[in-house]
Amino acid sequence: MSGATGFWYASRATGILALVLLTAVLVLGILVNRQGRLPGLPRFAVTSLHRNISLLAVAFIAVHVLTAVLDTFVSIPVLSSVIPFASGYERFWLGLGAISFDLMLAMIITSLVRGRLNRILWRAIHLLAYLCWPVAFAHSIGSSKDLQHGWLLDLSIACALAVAAAVAWRLASAARQLPRAARVAAVFAQHAPHGTRQRISR
Amino acid sequence: MTMTRLDDTTTEAAGNQAAGLPRLLPLVPGLPEDLRAHLARHGRPPYGHKGQLINAVQQAGLTGRGGAAFPVHRKLAIVAAASGRTVIVANGAESEPASHKDALLLRAAPNLVLDGLQLAAEAIGASDAHLFLHPDVSPEITRALAQRQAAGLDRLVVTITEAPPRFLAGQESALVNRLAGGPAVPTFTPPRVTERGLGGAPTLVQNVETLAHLALIARYGPRWFRALGTKNEPGSMLATVHTEHGAQVIEAELGIPLRNLLPATQDSQAVLIGGFHGAWLPASAVHGLTLDNAALNNHGAAVGAGVIAALPADRCGLTESARVVHYLATESAGQCGPCLNGLPRMAAALGVLAGSGHHSQVRKDLERWAGLVTGRGACNHPDGTVRFVRSALTVFGPEISLHARGHCSATNRKPFLPLPNALPTSEEDWI
Amino acid sequence: MPDTLRVNPIACTGHGVCAELLPELIALDEWGYPIVDPHPVPPALDTEARRAVAACPTLALKLTRTDAPRPVRPK
Repeated sequence: MSGATGFWYASRATGILALVLLTAVLVLGILVNRQGRLPGLPRFAVTSLHRNISLLAVAFIAVHVLTAVLDTFVSIPVLSSVIPFASGYERFWLGLGAISFDLMLAMIITSLVRGRLNRILWRAIHLLAYLCWPVAFAHSIGSSKDLQHGWLLDLSIACALAVAAAVAWRLASAARQLPRAARVAAVFAQHAPHGTRQRISR
Repeated sequence: MTMTRLDDTTTEAAGNQAAGLPRLLPLVPGLPEDLRAHLARHGRPPYGHKGQLINAVQQAGLTGRGGAAFPVHRKLAIVAAASGRTVIVANGAESEPASHKDALLLRAAPNLVLDGLQLAAEAIGASDAHLFLHPDVSPEITRALAQRQAAGLDRLVVTITEAPPRFLAGQESALVNRLAGGPAVPTFTPPRVTERGLGGAPTLVQNVETLAHLALIARYGPRWFRALGTKNEPGSMLATVHTEHGAQVIEAELGIPLRNLLPATQDSQAVLIGGFHGAWLPASAVHGLTLDNAALNNHGAAVGAGVIAALPADRCGLTESARVVHYLATESAGQCGPCLNGLPRMAAALGVLAGSGHHSQVRKDLERWAGLVTGRGACNHPDGTVRFVRSALTVFGPEISLHARGHCSATNRKPFLPLPNALPTSEEDWI
Repeated sequence: MPDTLRVNPIACTGHGVCAELLPELIALDEWGYPIVDPHPVPPALDTEARRAVAACPTLALKLTRTDAPRPVRPK
């Protein structure tokens, strides 16, 4: 029946879109952390895009899950989207999807109430992003043959490269970060008496 | 050198303790009071009056002797009112390089401090007692504590933690951070440590000299305490007086003329009052001033940590000040943008002014940065530094003009104010 | 009683998002750190202020009750 096939295609399509959106979210998140800018956009645009695209990604994943559940060709219980390894079909790969979705939910829910949370706790949970993306990526590659050839394979590789580059930049930045004892010395070193606009950050 | 004054209106008969001085310091100058001498002079600590001590401290009008002069009874009351576990810390870090009074007190009269710690702990119902101190006095205090344990004097076991030689180590939240195992750098308030401190428990941090006064008030009462000092600033205090002959810790009554503390023979141009977060005053102004905040506040100064440094006339106050501000900049915790960026720039600017040549832009930058850092750190470090800088710019204004024309009034290049040599180089230096 | 904006200077890393979203009350110093108006937030700007607080990447900007005692900064 075309309805079944329709749901299945919708699930695969929204899944791919979700992966692209999640890639963008991670890269934007790193951009926020490093105080990076997008050309021509104000600073708040970077933080807003990061947040809004993450919500959009969740919306796409909701559709991705729902259409997979509604499709009658295979039997996927709806709860297997949040309870890992609860699906009969492709138990392992779908399980990874559930894990990454759980992590996403944790990050988003804590972010929605972040004003009430301890700052350090919020940050610790948000760092789960670095676990969430690879798990989502593995889920994408493993649970359907789609991404394993053709232009969709190219797309997946591009996403992986984008994340790898962003993470490498993040790690390099962290390595360059001045330890406490060196910070004041750095201000002394680069200061010229007639004022310099350059700022030393922590 | 102690100042004594008989007060025949005092009716408290308090054993051998006269209404005069010394109160904190040993009766025989230079002879530390061991446990035996302490017990002979003051007797055992008067436990069992828990509810009354805070009242007595309030009536006595005791204010903190760590620099902030906060009413002690208020802090005691806040922590006493808290439910659950509470902590008390005796702060002997004395991170002010020009102050030696806490180290001297811990050597000369450790049992007064330790009595005060136990009595205050009883008054607030603390379950944990700590002593934060300089590594140099640690062995002696450890011995003193052992003797007290043997004599059954202490109710709470006191945990000693050595303070790193950082200027901010004695700051309340930095101290608690250190006791918790982290670096001695301040944390953001609120909540104050009296609300949430060590291990989340309300924590009372009190300077060691304050605790020593408290130990005496517990025995001899508020009327006795008020027999010295002024109405609003009663009691005695320890001052560290610096002259060209060296530094000396003096116990003095609050309200006495400052000139009584300074030798008449010395030719001073200016006096630094309070410490490195204090203020310079011209010698002419100091001549008419007394050792109390009521008088000093009118001139932009405060008693502070009790440092009184009389700069000899043959030195360069501008160079001295530049040295101090450089030190203060290197002691920034480096965690607040304005302080981290502003203090080193201010130090460099003052260094330029202490050189030679016209630098009107540098002067303007310095004023601008002073305004920018005030009130924008998590602690008082930028504010205190600005107070010091502004007083230097005022008092040594003529010197700045001289330097601008390539001259200097100093004939003696020897540094006057004491500064540590070791700069922090790694994270371990804050531990 | 309107709230007052405060910034935690330890948490603040100078992103500058707050100043973009609330220029009426927040300016940036020459190093990019926020200078926050210490007066209570005018009611007309309350929504914008809350938006700015929510937007701070490091949760450094806070809205505190105006009648909460501004602590005498220790030391």
